[in-house]
Amino acid sequence: MDRSIPPAIVAEGLAAAYGDRLIWQNASFTVKTGEFVAVLGPNGSGKSTLLRLLLGLTPPAAGSLEVLGKRPHRGNAQIGYVPQRRNIDRDLPVRGRDFVHLGIDGNRWGVALGNTADSHQQVDQAIMAVEARAYADRPIGRLSGGEQQRLLLAQALAGGPQMLLLDEPLASLDLRNQIVIAELVAELARANKLTVLLIAHDINPLLPIVDRVLYVAHGGVAIGKPAEVITTEQLSRLYDAPIEVLHDTHGHMFVVGLEAESAHHDA
Amino acid sequence: MATCSWWAWRRKARITMLEPYLAAVPYFGWDVLRDLQELFRYAFMQHAFEAGTMVALSAGVIGYFVVLRGLSFAAHALSHIGFAGATGAVLVGAGPLVGLLTFTMAAGGVMGALGQRLRGRDVTIGLVMAWSLGLGVLFTRLYQGSANLAIGILFGQIFGITTQEVAVTFIAGALTVLALVVIYRPLLFATLDEEVAEAKGVPVRGLAIIFMVILAVAVSEAVQVVGVLLIFALIVAPAAIADRFTTRPSRGVLLSAVLAVLFTWAGLTIAYYLPYPVGFFITTIAFWSYVLARVLSAVVARRATGRVRPWREEQVRHSP
Repeated sequence: MDRSIPPAIVAEGLAAAYGDRLIWQNASFTVKTGEFVAVLGPNGSGKSTLLRLLLGLTPPAAGSLEVLGKRPHRGNAQIGYVPQRRNIDRDLPVRGRDFVHLGIDGNRWGVALGNTADSHQQVDQAIMAVEARAYADRPIGRLSGGEQQRLLLAQALAGGPQMLLLDEPLASLDLRNQIVIAELVAELARANKLTVLLIAHDINPLLPIVDRVLYVAHGGVAIGKPAEVITTEQLSRLYDAPIEVLHDTHGHMFVVGLEAESAHHDA
Repeated sequence: MATCSWWAWRRKARITMLEPYLAAVPYFGWDVLRDLQELFRYAFMQHAFEAGTMVALSAGVIGYFVVLRGLSFAAHALSHIGFAGATGAVLVGAGPLVGLLTFTMAAGGVMGALGQRLRGRDVTIGLVMAWSLGLGVLFTRLYQGSANLAIGILFGQIFGITTQEVAVTFIAGALTVLALVVIYRPLLFATLDEEVAEAKGVPVRGLAIIFMVILAVAVSEAVQVVGVLLIFALIVAPAAIADRFTTRPSRGVLLSAVLAVLFTWAGLTIAYYLPYPVGFFITTIAFWSYVLARVLSAVVARRATGRVRPWREEQVRHSP
């Protein structure tokens, strides 16, 4: 990575709180521009809160945070965000295309008047980028999880962002779709030089793609290459409990000893 | 606001002055121009059409968002709370519309501020609604006027509307439609995708409050046409029907508004010729249109499932 390019995220002594409760603290890390970072950790450890901090929706409890050279602020057009998804109503009478369109002008007042050809073209491009043209005009609630995820990704892309924050985009997808969507995100990130933070529960579908892993657990944050962070020693220290990382012949990693922590991991 | 409606007056008229009534039987036939002349012959009919059209427009437009945001029950509750306001206002010597607006707007503001916390609170909303009706009954009794006051508010009294009320309704209706046009895109964003909208800088909470206040105004107006109890017919039914025929929000809003206006026009027209309440006709038209819409869209859907759809291969694979 070129030294002259400023980092995408700089956190120093950062702490996050939910109400009065401190979730994690003393987080200092830097994410380089164009980097693909997987955010891992048990439920309730504060992964989504990290994204909310970056989006400027939650103020940091302590420390400093810089996103794309500025302090985080709401309505940052340079960040594309896909939140954790609850189920979209099957009967929602809205097309996938309309969802994507909101990513471009949903925050503007009034109705779209005059020449709308430009924004329609932008929408088409975003839909083509995620290869969702075949079903973009169907009601979004009737699409499969993978198809919905693609369109929501298109919505995040439609505004032409420099950074993507994705909260569990692989959840509730089957293994094949997990790999397909993960590769799609990586491809789009490369093509558009995007910095990506992607929250996931399982590192394995992401192993061929990620540059680094950011582990959020037990009140702390650790960042590094997967092989450095997801080790028996690192995780045991982070969790303050005996944890073992196993490797299979394909290079997949399995974290053992978190059963109590991860009882609802795969929900 | 007149305390008895036109149809009630006419029914009385038929008994007491049979001959003149028969002589003045309204024309109805294939001559459309003469039909229209007949319809608009009396000022009360002109007023009913003027106010009714504006009310239907605003009800249809806001109804689309009410259905999309899952607020049908809240809208229903708002109108009931308005009943306490309307009867209370009459009791203290003010106009019922003033009381309606005050109560529904205050309640709407509170509901909007509660926002997401309102979801799944059917019991709480229902209790507030029942209590409001109870208050309304008390106020009606204390007023010691005729029961027609309560009946008019509960079931509508569009044929008793005065020139001044038409003006108020027109302005209020125009304002609600205008306000919805201004907040259209952010409101749609906040409705469909609250979290992303918030991250994109849409004032989600503020919009929720503004929306409920606009809804309060629209509900108060609609009460004049169909009354507190029949509000569903104008606010929810057209939007629910529109949702079955279009998946584009802009078309959904327009179709919903057009349907609301058509229901109102049809109801007013039929009620002019038949001695039965206009609320009955509008709700009947709304109900059967909804049934028809469901049947039609089910038929269309069944035809479509016969075909192979490559875009749904994933879903087909997962379906039981």
